[in-house]
Amino acid sequence: MSAPIDKNWELTGEDLARFEAVVAQYPTKRSALMPSLWIIQDRDGYVCDAAVNWLAAQLEISEAKVREVMSFYFMYRDTPQAEYVLQVCHNISCHVMGARPVITHLEKRLGVRLGETTPDGKFAIEGVECLGACGMGPCLQVGKHLYEHLTNDKIDAILESMRRGEPLRADTDRELEA
Amino acid sequence: MSHEQYKILSRRFGRADAHNLAAYEADGGYAALRKSFEMGREAVTEEVKNAGLRGRGGAGFPTGVKWGFVPKDAETVYFMVNADESEPGTFKDRYLIDYDPHLVLEGSIISSYAVRAELCVIYIRGEFGWLIDRMQAAVDEAYAKGYLGKDILGSGYALEVIVHKGAGAYICGEETGLINSVTGRKGQPSIKPPFPAVQGFLDKPTIVNNVESVAAVPHIVTNGAAVYREHGTEKSAGTKLFSVSGPVRNPGVHEIPLGLPFREFFHEWLGGMADGEELKAVIVGGSSVPILTADEAMNINLDYESCAEAGTMLGSGGMIIVPGRCDMVELIQVLMHFYWDESCGQCTPCREGTGWLHRLVRKLRRGEGTLADLDLIEKVCSGMAGLTICPLSDAAVMPMRSFLQKFRPEFEALVQVQDDTGSPSRWAREIRS
Ligand SMILES: Cc1cc2nc3c(=O)[nH]c(=O)nc-3n(C[C@H](O)[C@H](O)[C@H](O)COP(=O)(O)O)c2cc1C
Ligand code: SF4
Ligand code: FES
Repeated sequence: MSAPIDKNWELTGEDLARFEAVVAQYPTKRSALMPSLWIIQDRDGYVCDAAVNWLAAQLEISEAKVREVMSFYFMYRDTPQAEYVLQVCHNISCHVMGARPVITHLEKRLGVRLGETTPDGKFAIEGVECLGACGMGPCLQVGKHLYEHLTNDKIDAILESMRRGEPLRADTDRELEA
Repeated sequence: MSHEQYKILSRRFGRADAHNLAAYEADGGYAALRKSFEMGREAVTEEVKNAGLRGRGGAGFPTGVKWGFVPKDAETVYFMVNADESEPGTFKDRYLIDYDPHLVLEGSIISSYAVRAELCVIYIRGEFGWLIDRMQAAVDEAYAKGYLGKDILGSGYALEVIVHKGAGAYICGEETGLINSVTGRKGQPSIKPPFPAVQGFLDKPTIVNNVESVAAVPHIVTNGAAVYREHGTEKSAGTKLFSVSGPVRNPGVHEIPLGLPFREFFHEWLGGMADGEELKAVIVGGSSVPILTADEAMNINLDYESCAEAGTMLGSGGMIIVPGRCDMVELIQVLMHFYWDESCGQCTPCREGTGWLHRLVRKLRRGEGTLADLDLIEKVCSGMAGLTICPLSDAAVMPMRSFLQKFRPEFEALVQVQDDTGSPSRWAREIRS
């Protein structure tokens, strides 16, 4: 936090409109905090110090209150993230269905361990708790989407498609076209 | 399959267009909302009470009774739909939102109407990325059609709905944690009383119900309590979604009449174990309930009372089938890591206890544990149960104790044989490799 904060940081255009709509919709300014953090993170990929500063002023709460919420919830990020954050469930049902070997395979293929990012900043692997998709395990969450029934071959295909910049269609996208 | 007659909540699962408003209306959707306005809120609450619907989020508290706790003179009331679905093993609400978001929404509107709420928050866990978009799309469609907003269907009733995206914290599934989260705070539970039905969100009366609970409401309103009670038992009325994971032939979400013998469910619904697998144990209702051995499971019925008699709980219906090849100490290590990770840290017994349990199990698996450590696990558990703000602490103790009691030989096999050198026994090291 030693770098000077960009006092000109702000949301603009559509993002600002979304933010204003959220503030109008929630009964108190503070209750708009979580959705506001999402709007910022959706745009920037993470929430920087300047954004915390801006948001605290907008919602009339202290920066500490913004930060304690950001640190409490696993999904908010305060640093730039890898292009593809691969979140593999390591909880009980996925474990029973073979999450361990799948994680090992992923680590081998990418040459990094759980919790690390590849040097080119393309991939990060995270072990996460139950994704609420236990019957389809082992499973992998990437952004909004979920890949189910992972096998080593499927991992290879997913990684290959991401390297090409055309990620495989996730299993949960099955009805999106309907 | 031949279990069509039990498909009430899951009747529209698997259809590609099921989530669209037009398709939902064509199937009779939103007629229950109209009927609710004709009946009036007291009659709706009464019908839900008489139906015997019990909360499907885990605790099984009667839904209509809970609605009745809202003070009659309250000016502002809130309704919250719990779609945090993060109890390991549970993935039923995902299906309801995926295939039938309008059923969830219609149930939410009727429930909000019954408790006189002016704002309904649907709290969906952040990991359900595109399902949040799906729910939001349904809400947008409903606003456009006049099912939401001011003067809904000319009834004079006004309701706003917010789809709130969580951000990854198991504890936000606990109702007071959920309320605090929507307030813009850390999702840490609050001491009860006051109960949320009296003093909840922004200190106003707030009812929190699980997705599956509200999804059952339109059916009850349309067909009446008596028809709802055609399935299930006297005390466990109706049907329930079970989400089944593990190596059975038909994993996934199954809707069954409560009271169904597990044996029948296992063989006829789930098709038994997958090839080459054998049944070792069953976790009936999500990772937080005591585990049953295969024999115990074969003797229970799937209803609240029978589960309680067998020393476990129906919980969320997140059923985990454990096969013979599983190492129970490894499995409990996975779970203890989870509870330790997710403890919100407010209560010392929970914050410290979950850490102790996790470290003790890890120590055993490293081959460094002693028999005294098994006693210590029991001692730590005794100091954690029933002493905390919310039941997460108990939720860690229940699997820990039951795993240790029922599969003790597997724990003992890892215990270090006390030899002169003080190094881990060869026996323990072999088990690990
Ligand atoms: C640690 C913990 C996690 C919980 N997670 C959930 C959850 O993910 N979904 C849910 O509906 N209820 C969950 N509950 C239960 C809620 O506190 C609450 O009882 C429930 O949402 C009430 O709805 P119902 O009466 O319709 O079941 C959880 C409880 C605890 C203690
Ligand atoms: S029991 Fe655990 S999770 Fe619940 S409030 Fe206390 S510390 Fe938090
Ligand atoms: S245990 Fe992996 S999704 Fe639930």
